[in-house]
Amino acid sequence: MAYLKKSPWLLHYDASSCNGCDIELLACLTPLYDVERFGIINTGNPKHADVFVITGGINELNREVVKNTYEQIPDPKVVVAVGICACSGGVFRECYNMAGGVDQVIPVDVYVPGCAARPESIIDGIVKALGILEEKREEMKEKEKKHGN
Amino acid sequence: MGYEPGGGHVTSIITALAFVVLAPLVGGLVAGVDRKITARMQGRVGPPILQPFYDVAKLFEKEDVTVTPSQNLYIVAYLVFMIVSGAYFFAGGDFLLVIFAFTLAHVFIVLGAYAAYSPYSHIGAERELITLMAYEPMVIFTAVGLYMVTGSFYISDIATSTVPAILYLPGVFVGFLVILTIKLRKSPFDISTSHHAHQELVKGLTTEFAGPVLGKIEIAHWYETVVLLGMIYLFFGFNPVLAIVVIALAYLLEIFIDNTFSRMKWQWTMKSGWGVAATLGFLNLVIVYYLYMGV
Repeated sequence: MAYLKKSPWLLHYDASSCNGCDIELLACLTPLYDVERFGIINTGNPKHADVFVITGGINELNREVVKNTYEQIPDPKVVVAVGICACSGGVFRECYNMAGGVDQVIPVDVYVPGCAARPESIIDGIVKALGILEEKREEMKEKEKKHGN
Repeated sequence: MGYEPGGGHVTSIITALAFVVLAPLVGGLVAGVDRKITARMQGRVGPPILQPFYDVAKLFEKEDVTVTPSQNLYIVAYLVFMIVSGAYFFAGGDFLLVIFAFTLAHVFIVLGAYAAYSPYSHIGAERELITLMAYEPMVIFTAVGLYMVTGSFYISDIATSTVPAILYLPGVFVGFLVILTIKLRKSPFDISTSHHAHQELVKGLTTEFAGPVLGKIEIAHWYETVVLLGMIYLFFGFNPVLAIVVIALAYLLEIFIDNTFSRMKWQWTMKSGWGVAATLGFLNLVIVYYLYMGV
């Protein structure tokens, strides 16, 4: 039943990251960490994604982009903010062009702090997100039942 | 047999039904083994063998977000025609009709991609048409070659023929392996949509399909894989054990090619597809023709 947990496809968006967290995230796909053994695939398409991973804080220019991308992901979906900038804005928090962390624009389910976040903690965060994904699926099912009745 | 295609209607129906039921299981397992071997070739552990089934099961759990409803109808047609052409193939039907139904199925997925309002989807559809153009001549040559050697276009006759077709058609066989790489969307030719490196054209052909619809495309692809591997069998119909071994080796070769080559431009797909058809395929047929003239 819970196939979502066995095949989470990621969508990675670089909001305004310095590339530190991006490289650590991509390191998860390399032979050393190989997240594909858990069925995790890095897809470039929001319509195929289950987990939305964002690195870097949100700035005023990509606010709409993040919102739009999030809306294109079919339910159930979870959002993982990777790195301290994505969590809160980090050192760029007070900048004139920054909106702050990802949660200023879309609801975030898991925060993975760090500068840069280590691959181990990113994987840990995504595994946590899978639990939430499963909960959301059940909620979605119940909603469908209610509407059906 | 001769004029009675299939050599018995009951066996034809049983083999066709067996295809409809078993092909997704076989195709999914092949896809799983493919991903595992690919991972091992890259020095990774790789996903479980059953991963493709988890993926498709998950896709059916997801929300169906369709912008243009007609695109889903085309995908249903794609799946249905893929099953029909495969079932007709395994029922021992006419090879030419199988090829036409097979091509029609692909035309539907192209139409589906065109129906969506997305530039990525449209470029993917255009590239899929190019791959269709690239491999089609060689598929026809395969059918003609097998006809020249075994004297029949019926799969039932070709598959049970005692003539060692591979000895007469080595060029056609190698040509078929080349277009198999195109058909399976393996690396030098995965221009329309690909299994890896998903960032190319977002996802090309399948960009606009999500959830259950994407699941149907995957299932159709499993059916397709089984039909294509079945076509390899036709070259070795005289010895089923050898046929199975060659099918396994051919697929292994495809995985190896997939992992060795980088993606090429679409022009290269055309040149490869028509190149092998014009040289290996056509020359082989000419030689076989003259051999038979002497007999």
